[in-house]
Amino acid sequence: MFAGFDVDVIARSWPYLLRVGMVFTLQLTALAMLGGVVLGTVLALMRTSRIRPLALAAGAYVNLVRSVPLVLVIFWFYFLVPYIAAWAIGADEPVRVGAFWSALVTFTLFEAAYYCEIMRSGIASVPRAQAWAAQALGMDYRQTMRHVVLPQAFRNMIPLLLTQTIVLFQDVSLVYVLSIPDFVGAASKVAQRDGRLAEMYLFVAVVYFVLCYALSRLVERLQHRVYR
Amino acid sequence: MHYHWNWHIFWQMSPDGTHTYLETLLAGLGWTIATALSAWVMALILGIAVGVARTLPQRALRALGNAWVELFRNIPLLVQMFLWFFVLPELLPTPLGDWLKALPEAPFVTAVVCLGCFTSARVAVQVAAGIEALSGGQRLAAVALGLRLGQVYRLVLLPLGLRIILPPLTSEFLNIIKNSSVALTIGLVELTASARAMQEFSFQVFEAFSAATLIYVAVNLLALSLMRALERRAALPGAGAGAGAA
Repeated sequence: MFAGFDVDVIARSWPYLLRVGMVFTLQLTALAMLGGVVLGTVLALMRTSRIRPLALAAGAYVNLVRSVPLVLVIFWFYFLVPYIAAWAIGADEPVRVGAFWSALVTFTLFEAAYYCEIMRSGIASVPRAQAWAAQALGMDYRQTMRHVVLPQAFRNMIPLLLTQTIVLFQDVSLVYVLSIPDFVGAASKVAQRDGRLAEMYLFVAVVYFVLCYALSRLVERLQHRVYR
Repeated sequence: MHYHWNWHIFWQMSPDGTHTYLETLLAGLGWTIATALSAWVMALILGIAVGVARTLPQRALRALGNAWVELFRNIPLLVQMFLWFFVLPELLPTPLGDWLKALPEAPFVTAVVCLGCFTSARVAVQVAAGIEALSGGQRLAAVALGLRLGQVYRLVLLPLGLRIILPPLTSEFLNIIKNSSVALTIGLVELTASARAMQEFSFQVFEAFSAATLIYVAVNLLALSLMRALERRAALPGAGAGAGAA
């Protein structure tokens, strides 16, 4: 069944796949994670805030984003970002935005909703008495959050944040729908050029499996250390 | 900025000449629901089987269950779609592969199988967790009553374990609806693909995507309230599980 299998196409193309495709995928994953965690934390603070309009707005955003498929969100922002950029710099025409930036905005805003829910349970996992103690010491809300609650919330949620990042790493493959050469997109280009779909997609699957499996094992070990 | 809104676009004829754009969106919704429901049935059956395997005393079966879960969890859904659609027919004996490629609804069938397997791994994790969350006494008591292993699972562990995991199963069900949109990459014209087609033909980008977004939100709310009703009906008084003991 593997008689007509052409290993050579992988040998020829893997430097391109890794240097162009995988680098794009990893960059997008890392930056979207950073942006997503920061924005997600802000959203979580809004959701847990006592100012009701803030809490409602953040809640509505998170629930909306979480009920729409990522593919649709990718299309939304691909067309929306040029208009947002035009509005931001006061241009009359939609601004051309590179595929990378459009994808980065999309993934940051999308994943922020998921990171928000993780950070919210992280904040809830810090005993209330900690915040009271901080206030008793004379700290204001900002100081309490910055020096007492958030550092502990982060520490408790590191395994979940990393697991969500593995999900993000897999989700980045969906930029394929915009014909952007991420890891899958690059492989698919070679596959279609050389008529070698089976070889290329199996190779992609193996690479993803090895990376994600290793990462999730790592997260599991970390989990044992965090929740001693 | 110069974006021309035109909300009447939904009642205009689409390029197929017989359906309005609104009707093409609703047809897409039909495929989304058909795909999600069929895949969900498959995911439940496979997921319960694999989840149970992960809790059995036999080591080989447990290893098999774990391998199944790792396999489907560590490869992106998009890549799994491609493997089922493009790669599997190539690896099968030629007549069988050709038969697969020639199936009339090949994208639909492939999407159902792919989503079914993908989600079964997630369901399996929940099922195993639900069974393990029961106190060990349940299993021992069932065995002491003289039940065979099959009966222990069918009459005691599964009815209780499945009730515990209804809330996480609800979110997996919502996920499968959203994930069905990935099938547009293999040519299934579900809701997202219909919105995309409408955008391409009519140039009314934001109307098309707004409509699709609203429909997804509505379907989500509907599915959520159905599952909540199911959770209430399935709750066993005193069984602790969904009764808010935590």
